[in-house]
Amino acid sequence: MSDLALALRQTKYENRSFWRNPASAFFTFAFPLMFMVIFNLIFGNSKYSPFGQNATVSQFYTPALMAFSIITACYTNIAMGVVFAREGGILKRLRGTPLPPWIYLFARIAVSVMVATLLVVIIGLFGRVFYHVKLPGVRTLPALIVALVVGAATFCAIGLAMTSFVPNVDAAPAVVNATIFPLLFISDIFIPILNHKGVLTKIANIFPVKHLSNAVITAYNPHTVGSGFEGKDLLILGIWGVAAVIFAVRRFRWEPKEQS
Amino acid sequence: MTSLAIEVQGLKKSYGSIEAVRGIDLQIAAGEVFALLGPNGAGKTTTVEILEGYRRRDAGSVSVLGFDPARRERAMKRRIGIVLQSTGVEQFLTVSEVIEMYRGYYPSPRPLDEIIDVVGLNEKRDERVKKLSGGQQRRLDVAIGLAGDPDLLFLDEPTTGFDPGARRRMWDAVKNLKALGKTILLTTHYMDEAQELADRVAVITEGRIVAEGPPGTIAGRETAKTIVRFRLPDRAPALPPSLKNAARARDGRIEIDSEDPRKLLHELTGWALEKNVTLDGLEVTRPTLEDVYLKLTGGEAEAAE
Repeated sequence: MSDLALALRQTKYENRSFWRNPASAFFTFAFPLMFMVIFNLIFGNSKYSPFGQNATVSQFYTPALMAFSIITACYTNIAMGVVFAREGGILKRLRGTPLPPWIYLFARIAVSVMVATLLVVIIGLFGRVFYHVKLPGVRTLPALIVALVVGAATFCAIGLAMTSFVPNVDAAPAVVNATIFPLLFISDIFIPILNHKGVLTKIANIFPVKHLSNAVITAYNPHTVGSGFEGKDLLILGIWGVAAVIFAVRRFRWEPKEQS
Repeated sequence: MTSLAIEVQGLKKSYGSIEAVRGIDLQIAAGEVFALLGPNGAGKTTTVEILEGYRRRDAGSVSVLGFDPARRERAMKRRIGIVLQSTGVEQFLTVSEVIEMYRGYYPSPRPLDEIIDVVGLNEKRDERVKKLSGGQQRRLDVAIGLAGDPDLLFLDEPTTGFDPGARRRMWDAVKNLKALGKTILLTTHYMDEAQELADRVAVITEGRIVAEGPPGTIAGRETAKTIVRFRLPDRAPALPPSLKNAARARDGRIEIDSEDPRKLLHELTGWALEKNVTLDGLEVTRPTLEDVYLKLTGGEAEAAE
């Protein structure tokens, strides 16, 4: 079997494992959809001026939760899944087979990207149907796609890099969630931030979450002038991504950290 | 000349200031079942993991099927199967899906049905891994190790924590493999397992091999003294002096070592008949592999890993 065929085959098995695992299927897939409903029901009718005089917060949540989907499907899913596979000895077992290591990582990333894509489409349609959120036109669609792709790549890389900070399975949910949740609150994802001069925004600007949400929201904003590319946000995301790749390449481990 | 599956000379490995392996030589012929015995922390796992390619050696030469495992070549991994001590499996796939997935990694895998047969998991083939018992999961580990139809199989403590029935089934699986001509390097804590399965055993303590040979003759086992054990009734008369001097009490029984058990038994039973004394639990045994092992390892069953 060629390596390419092997990579597709591995993706098939990883995909099957993902959907059969209630924890990953729920926390990765159902979570963003659940937030979409909850946030809209609670805050949906407030005004959201960046999208226009009569725009409501519902319209903000469509792009914001697209960004969240990317983060949960790529960062959370990969960081958790790989730590579980590492501590469970699955990675060590794979290292003893002729399977090239990159194929395993490719398959995991491929599944994350597929799940993220599915979520983005569902959220886009959900917003369109229930909250009349216009899908981006041809003018800003490329910017949206680029933002989502760069975001997915960056957060997959950060997910892989993060695994080296997690010492064991018990610590995985704590470390992974504790690093991401505060950022989700201050980075225009769970709560629309209208005052962009606050201290929290300055902090959020250091990290990649804010830049992903900003790039996606701009592409979704009907008042965006031009093509909607947020060059600076994409650049900062890219820097995080590259740094994460370099870190992951150096520090990634295939064997359990906690040896019995 | 038989070809060697594994050849090791002067193998050394330290972790910081701890010398885990202090110069090991090994030669394992193709088709042989070889058991490595030793207490925890003796260097067994380190040695095996160097052979498997997981760890790098500090010194010495190692050849596994003609490859240097430190180079982690794909060509070598295609010909070996590794069953590690504790490794997980994709929990949400079924038994046959998992084996099928691993089969795909190898150029000429063993047929799926044969693998499932060898490890005796026929009835569980469509069960998800999560639902298997410990023993069944362990047999699945072996099944995965066989996926590529390896020439050489590493089995690290395959039956630790098994109930007796499960151990028997695992032994049957290993015997099936032996019949197929596979070379097997087994590590185990169970002497009966080594006795049952291995063509040759080596005992490692403190990073060195202290004895090596077939389980029946290792460390002079076949020439060692026979042990005669029995119990005497409470009011039995004293043993004749020739026996009494050699006797020792152990676990409520009397034990006598003998180089010539014919003579000893003749004397003992003659005396017992004459005095009309019963000899409860009379037993004539040779030192077991475990006796030899405990002697070689200084009886230290547990050392720090």
